[in-house]
Amino acid sequence: MNSNTRFNILRTILSVGIALSISFIIIFFTSQEPVKAIVELLTGPLKSTRRFGNVIESMIPLIFTGVGVSIMFSANQINLAGEGSFHIGGLVATYIALNTTLPTGLSPIICILLAGVAGSLVTLIPAILKVKTESSILVSSLMMNYLILYFGNYVLSYFIKDSTAGSIVSYAIPEMTQLSTIFAGTRIHVGLFIAIAISILGYVFLYKTKVGYELRVTGENQDFARYSGISIVKITLISSLLGGFIIGVGGGVEILGMYNRFSWTSLLGYGWDAIIITTLAKKNPLYVPFAAFFLAYLRTGASIMARSTDVVTEIIIITQGIIILLVVAEQFLSKFKHKMIAKEAKATLENMKGAE
Amino acid sequence: MILNALFSPEFINATLRTTTPILFATLASAVASKSGITNMALEGIMLFSALFGVIFSAAFHSAWLGLLVTMVLGGFIGFILAFFVLKLKTDEILAAIAINLIATGGTVFTLLTVSGDRGVSSSIKSLQLPKITLPIIENIPYLGQIISNQNILTYLSLIMVVVVHIFLYKTPLGLRIRAVGENKDAAESVGISSKKVQFIALIISGVLASIGGFFLSGGYMTYFTKDMSAGRGFIALAAATMGGNTPVGGLLVSLLFGAAQAFSNIMQMGGSLPHELVQMLPYITTLIGLGIYSYSLMKKRQRLSGK
Repeated sequence: MNSNTRFNILRTILSVGIALSISFIIIFFTSQEPVKAIVELLTGPLKSTRRFGNVIESMIPLIFTGVGVSIMFSANQINLAGEGSFHIGGLVATYIALNTTLPTGLSPIICILLAGVAGSLVTLIPAILKVKTESSILVSSLMMNYLILYFGNYVLSYFIKDSTAGSIVSYAIPEMTQLSTIFAGTRIHVGLFIAIAISILGYVFLYKTKVGYELRVTGENQDFARYSGISIVKITLISSLLGGFIIGVGGGVEILGMYNRFSWTSLLGYGWDAIIITTLAKKNPLYVPFAAFFLAYLRTGASIMARSTDVVTEIIIITQGIIILLVVAEQFLSKFKHKMIAKEAKATLENMKGAE
Repeated sequence: MILNALFSPEFINATLRTTTPILFATLASAVASKSGITNMALEGIMLFSALFGVIFSAAFHSAWLGLLVTMVLGGFIGFILAFFVLKLKTDEILAAIAINLIATGGTVFTLLTVSGDRGVSSSIKSLQLPKITLPIIENIPYLGQIISNQNILTYLSLIMVVVVHIFLYKTPLGLRIRAVGENKDAAESVGISSKKVQFIALIISGVLASIGGFFLSGGYMTYFTKDMSAGRGFIALAAATMGGNTPVGGLLVSLLFGAAQAFSNIMQMGGSLPHELVQMLPYITTLIGLGIYSYSLMKKRQRLSGK
């Protein structure tokens, strides 16, 4: 482990620590019962099986979006349409589940795969626009999210809405298409295995295959990649296609695992959550589950805290923002990094002298 | 029937109203982009400003003082973004996403702490800026119904299009901003401090966006609700890009968004088209428009470089 990696890990931990301290200070100044709030936030999720189950359940969608965004960001494609991919993944999975009769066992697989295909289309459109017209992938991907949101609302209201239900929700998804629960007493479902598998496969793809290598080289330095004969067009399309597919699968898995009806009428924010996970995991799919666990734990803790004290869950969103700011601020602790590198260099020099 | 609705004075009047917040943010985006920085934090700045407007107009018993404080704070958020991007070398997109997240959580949290309200500022007696009837013009048929009786900030937004245009193209600072955005190194070589110029551009951008945010809760609506910026900051980013980051181009695209929103508002109240489909229109239009605009720019670049 060289000093750079060590420094990065240290800085990430320190950033998280500082961000958490800031939110604790805010809690101390605004809450009537700050100690109780902080204890609930930190230890609440451990107090019952059901609560710890909540952590794992909410970790699952975060892993999918985190891996998907990691792949796109590794190629330096700042494609923010993940929000839309996830949304349409859920919509398509619901639609297929309601409108087809497939054999048990096969049915959820088909739904999830098609959800992935729909998700990949959402991230692919901005990428194609970029390749064909050099338009900003950032802007067009943001537009895609809203396009998908209203399209989803349209399909929900006109094609799959259950008018006997009290609110705007789809018909119930048949039980045989839903993903089965794996731990009694929680809602943790088979999607957990799919998510872990995706994170391992994502790692293998990015770090052990030729295309993955090309993708990362392009992300590091596009000009260098071009001169080395890597097709930037190919990388742009592959990263968006794959990233969107994984996120779309995540949307499908979430609907089939956690809900029995489609009821998303606003954007859920999973696309933005993926950014913080990618930042913490340093774009490595293998670290994504850990970052997702961390965020899911905080979220669950925050909602327990909000239920039992006067502090609102939104404090965690603020913490998330501060973590991103500190982790990605290159100059944050840069003096310290300088010292660390200098120390290591000195040590190496002395070792060499000793060897002579 | 739809065509009739589209040309009715009520519809065009409503369009100007829905355009106002988007237009302010579009101008904000244009100024930042001209200096070479994408200000994606517009969304968060607007959301914060919508809350600040409610809190400070109530605290000072004056909508104007509320607006003033909101503008100062909006400029301050612009400064923070600039500080992270320029001083701490943070990726501008990630820094903006962080600011937007802090705005999402921070507004709800602040509202609860200040007033005890959860999500909607129902217990704060906030003030709004007035609507104005224009003398003489209000009596002109059709035109009067469109232009007169708008919120004072709607007029201000239109005036700001001209002001920002003059600022960018006719003042020394505007020239510097454009120079830094076009080519940072060339600007540095003639003695312009690019960092200083970008700092100023982002602060101005923050101030402009904050007026748009203020309008949301102090004109368009009379209270704050959580997430009330509802993607307008992102729409503005697209509107400015598609308008070539010029104030006038931005105005035209903002009007398009405003019209689509006004139209879907009408359709929601019992129109013949599904309003969800109408709501998709501005985004599709932007995607296509952005594609065409970027394509023509690309061709122009290729022609100039002689390839």
